[in-house]
Amino acid sequence: MPPPTLDSILEERRSQPHQLIEVLQDVQEHYGYIAEESMRTISNELGVPLMEVYKVASFYKAFALKPRGKNVITICTGTACHVRGAKLILNQAVGQLGVKPSEVSDDGLFTIEHVNCLGACALGPVVTDNGNYHNHMSPGKLRKLIKSIYKTDAEEISHD
Amino acid sequence: MTKINTVKDLKALRKRLLKERKKIRATLVLCGGTGCQASRCQDVTDAVKNELAKQGLKRSVCVRTTGCHGFCEQGPLMVIEPGNIFYCHILPDDAHEIVTKTILDGEVVERLLYTDPVSGKLIQTESEIPFYRAQDRYLLAQNRQVDPCSIEDYIAIGGYSAFTKALFEIPPESVVREIKDSGLRGRGGGGFPTGRKWAECQKAPGDEKYVICNADEGDPGAYMDRCLLEGNPHLVLEGMMIGAWAIGAQQGYVYVRNEYPLAVKHARMAVDQARKIGLLSDKILGSSFSFDIDIARGGGSFVCGESTALMASLEGKVGEPRPKDVHTVVDGLWHKPTTLNNVETWANVPSIILNGSSWFASKGSKGSKGTKILALTGHIKNTGLVEVAMDTTINTVVFDIGGGGSNGNSIKAVQTGGPSGGCLPADKFDLPVDFDVLAKAGSMVGSGGMVVMDQETCMVDVAKYFLTFLQDESCGKCVPCRMGIDRMLEIITDITEGNGTSWQIGLLEELGSTVSQTALCGLGKTAANPVLSTLRYFRDEYEAHIHAKKCPAGVCQALVTYKVDAEKCTCCGICKRGCPHGAIVGKKKQVHAINLDLCQKCGICKSECDFEAIQVK
Repeated sequence: MPPPTLDSILEERRSQPHQLIEVLQDVQEHYGYIAEESMRTISNELGVPLMEVYKVASFYKAFALKPRGKNVITICTGTACHVRGAKLILNQAVGQLGVKPSEVSDDGLFTIEHVNCLGACALGPVVTDNGNYHNHMSPGKLRKLIKSIYKTDAEEISHD
Repeated sequence: MTKINTVKDLKALRKRLLKERKKIRATLVLCGGTGCQASRCQDVTDAVKNELAKQGLKRSVCVRTTGCHGFCEQGPLMVIEPGNIFYCHILPDDAHEIVTKTILDGEVVERLLYTDPVSGKLIQTESEIPFYRAQDRYLLAQNRQVDPCSIEDYIAIGGYSAFTKALFEIPPESVVREIKDSGLRGRGGGGFPTGRKWAECQKAPGDEKYVICNADEGDPGAYMDRCLLEGNPHLVLEGMMIGAWAIGAQQGYVYVRNEYPLAVKHARMAVDQARKIGLLSDKILGSSFSFDIDIARGGGSFVCGESTALMASLEGKVGEPRPKDVHTVVDGLWHKPTTLNNVETWANVPSIILNGSSWFASKGSKGSKGTKILALTGHIKNTGLVEVAMDTTINTVVFDIGGGGSNGNSIKAVQTGGPSGGCLPADKFDLPVDFDVLAKAGSMVGSGGMVVMDQETCMVDVAKYFLTFLQDESCGKCVPCRMGIDRMLEIITDITEGNGTSWQIGLLEELGSTVSQTALCGLGKTAANPVLSTLRYFRDEYEAHIHAKKCPAGVCQALVTYKVDAEKCTCCGICKRGCPHGAIVGKKKQVHAINLDLCQKCGICKSECDFEAIQVK
């Protein structure tokens, strides 16, 4: 299914400044980031100054202002995961992919993110790949997971 | 879904549902909370459903996918009714045996039962398991009874009868008095008396008022609100409806973290169902009361858990708190009187209205009534969600319910209350989970996070962790929080890197108390708690970092070196393959070594080695 257009996201929300965060959430969800062009349109359609749209988009962690990699690996660094070695997991991801958190790997395939809590604290350390949960992670398990994503990706490309 | 127009209709619907359900021979209750989903419970559910269809049992055996049961560590888990048989760590391949043996032949599949780690005995029913037995589950127990996507399930177990009782039998003033008398206090962290909040909002001038449910559970290490909203959204909505009736609000909002996609989905679904059936509408069930609820997604900002910041966020603005010289119960959302409560607080309301304030007040201690859900995590055997009466001691929670330290390690501390709370040492475990007692001890109940730590945790690192978190999350509006946290983090970083000096401890204490006294909102006011509490109870660890330049737990990277123990090394090569920095050298059948120039001290080799051959000193 193609992502909804900005026009359809804005439907029934036009001229309602308080809908700003909801609109940004939908844009983030479907496009992966908030482009400057989208911010200009949102500003016009909701009746919110562009500066305010940028202020909100840059304040909240949920919004990325730059495109992210094709696959997003999210590492939970909440307290429960921290005491069970979330740092190791983060080190593994950073070391293996050679990319800092929030940046895109050179091949455009990966972005690593760390979040404050994914809310599955009993099963830490927790990692999600594109929204799929993985519990009791270890550096070794993450290494395999990243390899399997590379493999799936290569297969997809050869099928194309 | 047929619309209901009167209380009579609602009662008739409940009667019909109960009659229909009598025909069901057995129910397989499968936990579908986020924890069990991470353990692939969906595959198990599909396999069970397929198996039932294959054996022609689709109509007589019901499969109910519910919210979190609490014992996440054992997932995917299933309870079979009748009989209350508890199966854990189920795989899709087990479906056939469960259906043929347990459902058809009434036999128990022993290999799926829970084994008590202490006695080594197999336990057949949920209520016999020590993890559950020592709890006082009231809110969490309801999760098991309903499919969160079904308003019928909720109505069948008596749902919305508290709301209709309040709406038609109890005037708003009496509802507020009942909540006041119950002694219910805010479950989100502050512990403010809920009844007092409601009374002030009710008295506040103005016709336009709001109720808000704070489901922006940003505390790392806490997930009870997610489980309630995910597992029993109608209970939360019913609490909000009663609150709205009491204070005279026409509109409510659930502000939920977007990092909880399942909670967002279930809350939206519940609102939609309540609208369709006529429980959220104009002139509800023929009364004079009109009310509606909308769901708003948070933007992933911890400070938005603070009431004024949350309201700014709901208005579509940056989530910055404002001074509360005029309280939000008078001047809240869009400058209108607003009552904001946490998910668990709202969830407690219906039962107080149904069972009476004295029922609620019969549990707990003098100043803290009722039960509290705790998220028990960290270095402990049984992790999961736990609900206990508020006078239960930490000892009971950690040892009787939690089963003690994992891997046989001894427990050093428990961190309660998230970034606003503190760390309590093992000799304080006789303290009860009570708002006032824990605050006096330098920590807090907070939203109920309870992270257990053993000797492998460095308490200075824990303080650094929370300061890093808070520095990141501070909105930057007020100077004490913005600058104070920065400076404290600088000092702690110095200490963990071996550059600390003894006078810095005094400076940390002074800074901490200044930030507590002068910051604008709750985030800043409590930001120093993790530092102050670790300084109070674990000062020796700070001193070891400063004077001996040692990290006793072997955590702080700058103070440790990694080395291969030649005697233990089996030359398996797993560390070499695992090291992302190429810092391990060694050929086949040759003891490996670490190149200290390349070593980043990330600790991956140690976690990979099965023979404890990597030493940290």
